[in-house]
Amino acid sequence: MTIPPDKLIELYEKMVAIRLFEETAGRLSTQGRIPGALHLYVGEEAVAAGVCACLNVDDYITSTHRGHGHLVAKGGDFGLMFAELFGKATGYCKGKGGSMHIASLDLGMLGANGIVGGGAPIAVGAAWTCKQRGRGQVAVCFFGDGASNEGSLHEAMNMAALYRLPVIFCCENNLYGEYTPQHKHQTVADVADRAAAYNFPGVVVDGMDAIAVYEAASEAIGRARAGGGPTLLECKTYRYYDHVGVRPTATYRTDEEVERWKARDPIAMLGARLLEMGVLDETGRQAIHDRIEAKIAEGLKFAEESPLPDPADVLADVYA
Amino acid sequence: MREIFFVQAITEAMRQEMERDPDVFLAGEDVAGHGGTFGTSAGLLDQFGEQRVVDTPISEVGIIGLAVGAAATGMRPIVEIMFCDFIGCAMDQILNQLAKMRYMFGGRARLPVVVRSTVGAGLRLAAQHSQSLEALLCHIPGLKVVMPSTPYDAKGLLIAAIRDDNPVFFLEHKALYRIRGEVPEEPYEVPLGVADVKRPGRDLTIVATARMVHEALAAADRLAQRGIEAEVIDPRTLQPLDIETILASVKKTHRVAIVHEAVKFCGFGAEIAAQIAEAAFDYIDAPVTRIAAPFTPVPFSPSLEDAWLVNADRIVAAVEQMMPVPAA
Repeated sequence: MTIPPDKLIELYEKMVAIRLFEETAGRLSTQGRIPGALHLYVGEEAVAAGVCACLNVDDYITSTHRGHGHLVAKGGDFGLMFAELFGKATGYCKGKGGSMHIASLDLGMLGANGIVGGGAPIAVGAAWTCKQRGRGQVAVCFFGDGASNEGSLHEAMNMAALYRLPVIFCCENNLYGEYTPQHKHQTVADVADRAAAYNFPGVVVDGMDAIAVYEAASEAIGRARAGGGPTLLECKTYRYYDHVGVRPTATYRTDEEVERWKARDPIAMLGARLLEMGVLDETGRQAIHDRIEAKIAEGLKFAEESPLPDPADVLADVYA
Repeated sequence: MREIFFVQAITEAMRQEMERDPDVFLAGEDVAGHGGTFGTSAGLLDQFGEQRVVDTPISEVGIIGLAVGAAATGMRPIVEIMFCDFIGCAMDQILNQLAKMRYMFGGRARLPVVVRSTVGAGLRLAAQHSQSLEALLCHIPGLKVVMPSTPYDAKGLLIAAIRDDNPVFFLEHKALYRIRGEVPEEPYEVPLGVADVKRPGRDLTIVATARMVHEALAAADRLAQRGIEAEVIDPRTLQPLDIETILASVKKTHRVAIVHEAVKFCGFGAEIAAQIAEAAFDYIDAPVTRIAAPFTPVPFSPSLEDAWLVNADRIVAAVEQMMPVPAA
């Protein structure tokens, strides 16, 4: 597949945006400036970037508790995101959702979800709408290896296949369901094998390679747009930080394992490829980082200067 | 005016709304080809086709999730959970997704979903097909809960529920499907959140839901023969509750009994009783009485199920404990 240079740069920019946002959020959390818990996407950037680079604003995604990367990749605004993490009234959810429920329906992002596997049946519903509208829209369900054992995934996949819905089940297999390694929570090595049980394609891809993810996602999404039904796209990836927060993970992972995955950092790898291909030079690459850093700083400032919600707002928005 | 069965009132409400609004569709187990286990969707597949009347696998998580996702992206789904007992299978999608999405997203999601489900005992279907679980649903902010007792109310409330932009649980008592009543042919709404005085009276207020409305009315007839005029109020919508109609009645009669088929402990009657005690303490001459089922699963054997079920006899006996009732 020949990928146009601007799309390659888009992939790179999305990944840098996710990385810088998440590292900033992690720092703020350690400083006690973000209430509650964060689940950081650092290390998994190629998956969100590669998949969302195939999507339009009127395509839908459902997300996980580790949802910041998905929202950034779908076009999320840093300021509105930081504001939501801080619980400010100007946040994407007016401060009522926080990290685990961050959402933007305008961007087709149907929410991070605090329930493992909770987004899968919802993505099927969104895909139902897509099929009814007949405009070629698709829905993508992001979920992890842990979620692949939830009944919700199985009901969703069966229904998606039965109704031939335009939904991509994108498994971000980072080898751990919370603190439990994959080989201790399921008997398959490839979650993609489970697609056969529902009679649709299951594809495994190197989730640290943004171009590979983009190519596999393009094919699956193209098939869905054309009415060919669902695909289970399993991206082998890795989270650098802990399941939640930024604590060390040596209690259940080895430093050697972490370093092995970091050696194949998705941003470093794509950056090197783009330099090799002549799509970017070093000045251009640095300019991307600088520009995104500046936007992050701008967004953070917006969030810091935003007000907290009025306590009376507690009662609003339960019912339409 | 013509009389139709309660079940037909349900079908007519869905048909008329589906005719009016192409975004309304129905999905559930056996709703299409079979016309619904209780016949509530008879004829709809032939009229609207399989994109709008959809048979699902036996997948309650998937059914509710389908509704959540379709509604959040602009459609107006009606989904069916065949027996309310099966909400257990779907409880995450109901309580953590459907109910909460709007609030968690700062009001920026709209989920116009109707979940139709059946409630009720008396058909010898035993513990897992006979419950009335409205109290669980009423406890979850973000859901609305409706329990019609007559064909007229059923059609009007279902049309209102379909037009409501919130998740509404529409609970149909199985034993009411074959009752008949006058129902206008044209579409009409019975507003959600408005109670109905089914029988005016001055001596006693009886608040009753679903099939117990009819048992309460039968009890009221028997009490009337003994000189006690009971006012029977049907809340119709449990969430949001029209407490004002109930309070106005209690302030008039000074005595109130609450009747529901569900288990008494933590039943919906406890909420009404507490609200009356809070808002009308000075108006009541006796403690609020709840007449409801004992704290057990629904038994199978007819003699046991009949001992479990509230009926007009038990309502009259309870009223006799609440106030002087002249001999028959």
